[in-house]
Order: sequence, then structure tokens, then C-alpha cells
Amino acid sequence: MNEEEIKQTVIRLLKNIAPDMNPEELQPDDSIRQTLGIDSFDSLQFVVAMDEAFGIDTPEEDYGKIQTMKSLLEYIKSRMRK
Amino acid sequence: MVEYRMPSLGADMEAGFLREWRVKPGDHINRGDIIAEVETQKGIIEIEVFDEGIIGELLLKIDDKVPVGTLMTHILTESEAKTGMKVGEKEEEKVPPKEAEIEEKEAKVAGEAATPPPAIPTPPPIPVHRIRASPLAKRIAAERGIDISLIKGSGPEGAITRKDVEEAVTTQPRPLSEQASYDAAQQPTPEKSTTDTMRMAIAAAVSRSNREIPHYYLQTKVDMSLALAWLTDTNKQRSVKDRLLPVVLYVKATARALEEVPDMNAWWDNGLQRKKDIHIGFVVSLRTGGIIAPAIHDANKKSTDELMKDLSDLIPRARAMRLRSSELVDSTITVTSLGDNTVETMFGVIYPPQVALVGFGGIKEEPWAENGMVGAKPVLTISLSADHRATDGSTGSRFLTELKKYLNQPELL
Repeated sequence: MNEEEIKQTVIRLLKNIAPDMNPEELQPDDSIRQTLGIDSFDSLQFVVAMDEAFGIDTPEEDYGKIQTMKSLLEYIKSRMRK
Repeated sequence: MVEYRMPSLGADMEAGFLREWRVKPGDHINRGDIIAEVETQKGIIEIEVFDEGIIGELLLKIDDKVPVGTLMTHILTESEAKTGMKVGEKEEEKVPPKEAEIEEKEAKVAGEAATPPPAIPTPPPIPVHRIRASPLAKRIAAERGIDISLIKGSGPEGAITRKDVEEAVTTQPRPLSEQASYDAAQQPTPEKSTTDTMRMAIAAAVSRSNREIPHYYLQTKVDMSLALAWLTDTNKQRSVKDRLLPVVLYVKATARALEEVPDMNAWWDNGLQRKKDIHIGFVVSLRTGGIIAPAIHDANKKSTDELMKDLSDLIPRARAMRLRSSELVDSTITVTSLGDNTVETMFGVIYPPQVALVGFGGIKEEPWAENGMVGAKPVLTISLSADHRATDGSTGSRFLTELKKYLNQPELL
């Protein structure tokens, strides 16, 4: 999966969580939660979906590393390499 | 024989529109079964029954306006059903109640004007000739851009039900060209109907609350170090799916504190009526605006895991506006959590006939003095809005103190 494919998958997953928002318009450094109005419950659902889609396992202490689109994509890439 | 009437769906609702029967005459039903779907300002509500028996004649047609209290059907015993007891026209003459009749007539006379706008915008029709499908199923299919002719119905005589359409939404492949219009349908509706009707429902409820309930407000702060450490520890041993959120602790701690201070778990209806069961109305905010507070039933009897499961079921259904009638009316108190990255304090408006609302702010790091030392701690502010007709400040204070006690000892939850 290249970076663009990862990004498209992330956007699709975010759209499932917040169907009435436009995750494709997120800037690399925007806070995903604040920009999309996602609450803690939605975030948890997103992490569940993300782990499933990319076959990774995101521990709770890493939640701080996935706050923006840029950091999220970096994080997924690094976890997929492991 | 039990008369089954349209239940009240909250202080702010007088009528709905019947959109689907989920049963047919002769069906055997149990307590808690869903017999119909009624569209209200709070979305499409699944109407439950609280008796066991056999469904009699269905006395309302699809799209009929259903004022609260309208006779919908009868629930017969086995023997009544066997003797072929005709569910009489006599009963029908008695109902709907007079006011309802008048309302119905007015609605007919005034035509469109008297009919509240549907909660979901009506899409351009898709031809569905000679296909057996409920009006609701047809509408959802049209909204989602689903070809209803490709769906296999599971209803009576192969009729397509809402459930079939919803399943098709996830399974039916869509050509790319349709993707755009499908996505557009997921955007905030350009029509104002959902938001407007929801806003009106909230306006009615809070205005009544503000008019009738003399509120008093209390506030306390909790050092959440212990609770958060307990959560982190618990979550470490769990897969993502099973992780708990702080809000589960709030709900459980509230329920436990209500066991100790039962006056807060009550309705005000010509006096204080304490409620035996603890059903916590949990405020869910909708992204398109508005809130809805479905009940988490028997919250005091559930483990934190069970509560998390309940929330995972309730929140998406609340956002999709697909709740059950009992979830709209059973709450004995309301809990609202603003979540992280928000303000610390909120003083809410009580949802009548309840007598209290507990507000949890975002957890913030703050200076915290203890044993003569000052340190930085994650601090949660809890506020209580309570009905002064029902309780006094000392009761409210006792309740918040209990709540705090439980959050300081999360292992007790």
C-alpha cells in the first residue's frame, strides 16, 4: 500500500465515522478530531476500524501520535513496516 | 385483551406518523418486541410493546398521523385469538380520542400546511412499480440511491422492509458515477427539515423546563489521577474494541451515587416520585446540530463492560435517529459529558419530568492543593442542575460527594 492508498483508506474510514463531514479537505496539520468534530467515542471506533483495515495494533498510549493527518499517515506506515 | 395505544415519547412530543408495521394480525409477540415504526421530531422511533400475546387487527394505516394515546391495535390472549374474537368496531368508535379526531380533521383540512415536514428530506422518486416494499423502505432506498428492484424482501409475502434496504446499502455495489450522488446524500442536508424539527423539539422541552423548574446548581472538582490510571491499566489488557472510555466511569459512578441518594433519581409529577430503576439519559450530540438523550437502562446493575457495549449500540443509533420508544421516555436522570478539549463546566437544563442533570466537563490539568502541597493534576469538574421543588442543596451536595467518592475508587465501580 503506498501513501496515497493509505490516505484514501483513512479518508474512507473517517467518512464512515463522520458521514456528514469532509475528511478529504483536511490539511496535513489540522487536528482531525477538532476539524471533523469527532468525540472520544468516534475516535475509538476509528482506531478499531483503522487497526482492522491496516492489520496493525494501536495501543492507547499512541493515541497522541495520531492527531493530525500527517502524523496519522506516518504512524500507520511505521506500524505496517513492523 | 389489552388495548395498545401510541405511547408518549417525551414531554415535547404530541404526535408522530406511522411509517411501518413490523407485525401483522395473528403474530405472537413478547414483551419488548417492536411492533411499529413511527416518525417523530426525534427520528424514526421503534415502538415497543410491554405485553405478551397475539396481535389483533391493525387499526392504523401507513402514513396515518398518530397522536399520543391513539389505539393502534389489540394484544389478544391465545384463547381470544383462537375463538377468532373480532377486534371490534365498537372499540374503534371510541378511539382515537376526541382531541385526536379534531387534530386529524384539522390536519386534513389544512392539508400540507398542518403536516410537519418529514424528518428526512424527500428525495426524487425512483420508480418502484410492482415491487412490494414498505413506504419507509422505498424512501430509504431512494435516499441512498439503492435500486430497490435488486433487493430480496424478507417481509410478509416477500415485501421489502427497511432492514432489507439497510442491508443492501452495505452490500449492493454502486457504479462509480453513483458514488458522487451517494456521498452527496451523506452531506448535511440542504433542506432544513431534520435540524429544524429537532430544534423545535428541543426548544419546546427546554422552554418548558425553564418555565416550570426552579433550578439550582452545584459544582465540585475531582482529581482524576486514580480513575485515569485505573482506566489505562484496564485498557492495556484489552483489544482496541474492548477499551473503556472515561465516560463509562461517569455513567456508572452516577448510577452508584443515585443508589445512595435516591431523591435525585426521580420524576416530578405533582410531587416527588422516586424511581426504583436507574435509567440514565445519556446526551448524544448530533453533528448536524441538536441533541438526543436515550436511556441506558438499569445502569446501576451493569458492569463497566456492559455499559460500554450499551453506549456503542446507543450512540450510533441515536445519531442515525433510530431509537426505541422506551429509550426516549424511561430516563430517570440525564448525564451529559462534554468530552476532552472542551470547556470545564456546564450547567444544564433539566429534561422534565426528571429532577436532575449531571454535567461532566473536559478533564484539564490544574494546580491541585492537597496536604499542604500543590501539584498539577488532571481535574474533572462535575456540575449538578437540580429541581428545587424536588430536592434541596444539601441533598444535591450529598449526591455530588458520593459521585466523587466513586470516581476516586474506580475499582468499586
